[in-house]
Amino acid sequence: MARTAVSGRLSWLVATVKETRDETATARTLTLDVPGWPGHLAGQHVTAKLTAEDGYSTQRDYSIASAPEPDRFEVTVQRLADGEVSPYLTGVAGPGDQLEVRGPIGGWFAWHAADPRPLLLLAGGSGVVPLMSMIRTHAQVNSQVPVRLIYSARTPADVMYQSELSERVRVSPLSVSYLYTRTPGGHRLDAAALAEVAFSPRENPAIFVCGPSGFVEAASGLLVAAGHAPGSVRTERFGPS
Amino acid sequence: MSVISRGFRGRGRDGDVKLPPGQYLEHGFPVLQAGPTPPVNTATWTFTITTENGDSTRWDWKQFTALPAEAITTDIHCVTQWSKLGTKWRGVSLDTLLDGIETNAGYVMARSYGGYTTNMPLPDLRDGKAWIAYEYDGRPLHPEHGGPARLLVPHLYFWKSAKWVTGLDLMLRDRQGFWEQLGYHDYGDPWREQRYQGD
Repeated sequence: MARTAVSGRLSWLVATVKETRDETATARTLTLDVPGWPGHLAGQHVTAKLTAEDGYSTQRDYSIASAPEPDRFEVTVQRLADGEVSPYLTGVAGPGDQLEVRGPIGGWFAWHAADPRPLLLLAGGSGVVPLMSMIRTHAQVNSQVPVRLIYSARTPADVMYQSELSERVRVSPLSVSYLYTRTPGGHRLDAAALAEVAFSPRENPAIFVCGPSGFVEAASGLLVAAGHAPGSVRTERFGPS
Repeated sequence: MSVISRGFRGRGRDGDVKLPPGQYLEHGFPVLQAGPTPPVNTATWTFTITTENGDSTRWDWKQFTALPAEAITTDIHCVTQWSKLGTKWRGVSLDTLLDGIETNAGYVMARSYGGYTTNMPLPDLRDGKAWIAYEYDGRPLHPEHGGPARLLVPHLYFWKSAKWVTGLDLMLRDRQGFWEQLGYHDYGDPWREQRYQGD
């Protein structure tokens, strides 16, 4: 169903918003009905194309948040104050509205459900979105490999998927550790926090790091310093550095 | 067929700026990178061009930075849709580095510290179209942006401008590099929107 590499031409598909739900005050999930969508690998992204009535169009990439299924997926979009597309997707688009998508894209930052290694996920802010797809896919296939998510957010109010994550921790081999960078007494990811939560290099985890460039640079540096092989650390970054 | 997104206005339509199709203007400098930033020390850095016969020409950092360098001002276009205009670099032209190297190769595999590779036709590196750049905006190139030195091939999507470059393998036949094996385009012309295989 999902492909690791893109083969043949990726064509544009029509996507119709089925429903939306707010994840935080500034992030919204859109469920898209996309006839012909082949499914995806957890971690992959999609290109969205929006066209205005005067014919102007623009494209952006968004990570897929849902577990794979044919003809449908979910994206969670973080609103950027100066964004061109995200204010529309998080504030204007509603059920029945349409856009075009093509994908899935990206075979590197992707978790294969048959991977037997423990799974270590490091999220900075909305970088949790593709990692959530991995957690949901892990549950979908009833994988028993242990998963640990380290989720760095500004404040508790900025955490997405909180109640779902709490429920999944209860029923799956999943642990979630939160770090708050903008609360009193909060702190950023450091070597001590990583050592407390992460699998050791001897446990040979598959590692995915996603977030703003500064977070990914810091987190991947800490992982390599802790003895993880650089080749076991897969990264995806967004935003200017 | 064009699907209208009801209520979407956008704000592009900047008549003064001509961008490749599907690109938007970015003022920051985002990073596209598959893994951790590899530590690269100029004390041990080398850059090697290897021909199809296995003959290699190698420069260390001191020899490389003693070569004639050029100031480059160019637009860059990332496959993730952002374009950045008027970026300023300093580096050594591939014409300088390839001068005197005998080859019948038509293709190149660029190799980087950290194991990253990317392929392109050799003619795309000649005639003032490509450099090994080691300064950005008047400063030594930051490791996150590929320092100490990266390939700069600005007429192709920016993943072809391999960060932390350490060598070029000249090839008679084309082979796919890292992102290309993962589905990205073998050539990657932004003006023809060649993002993925089949585009």
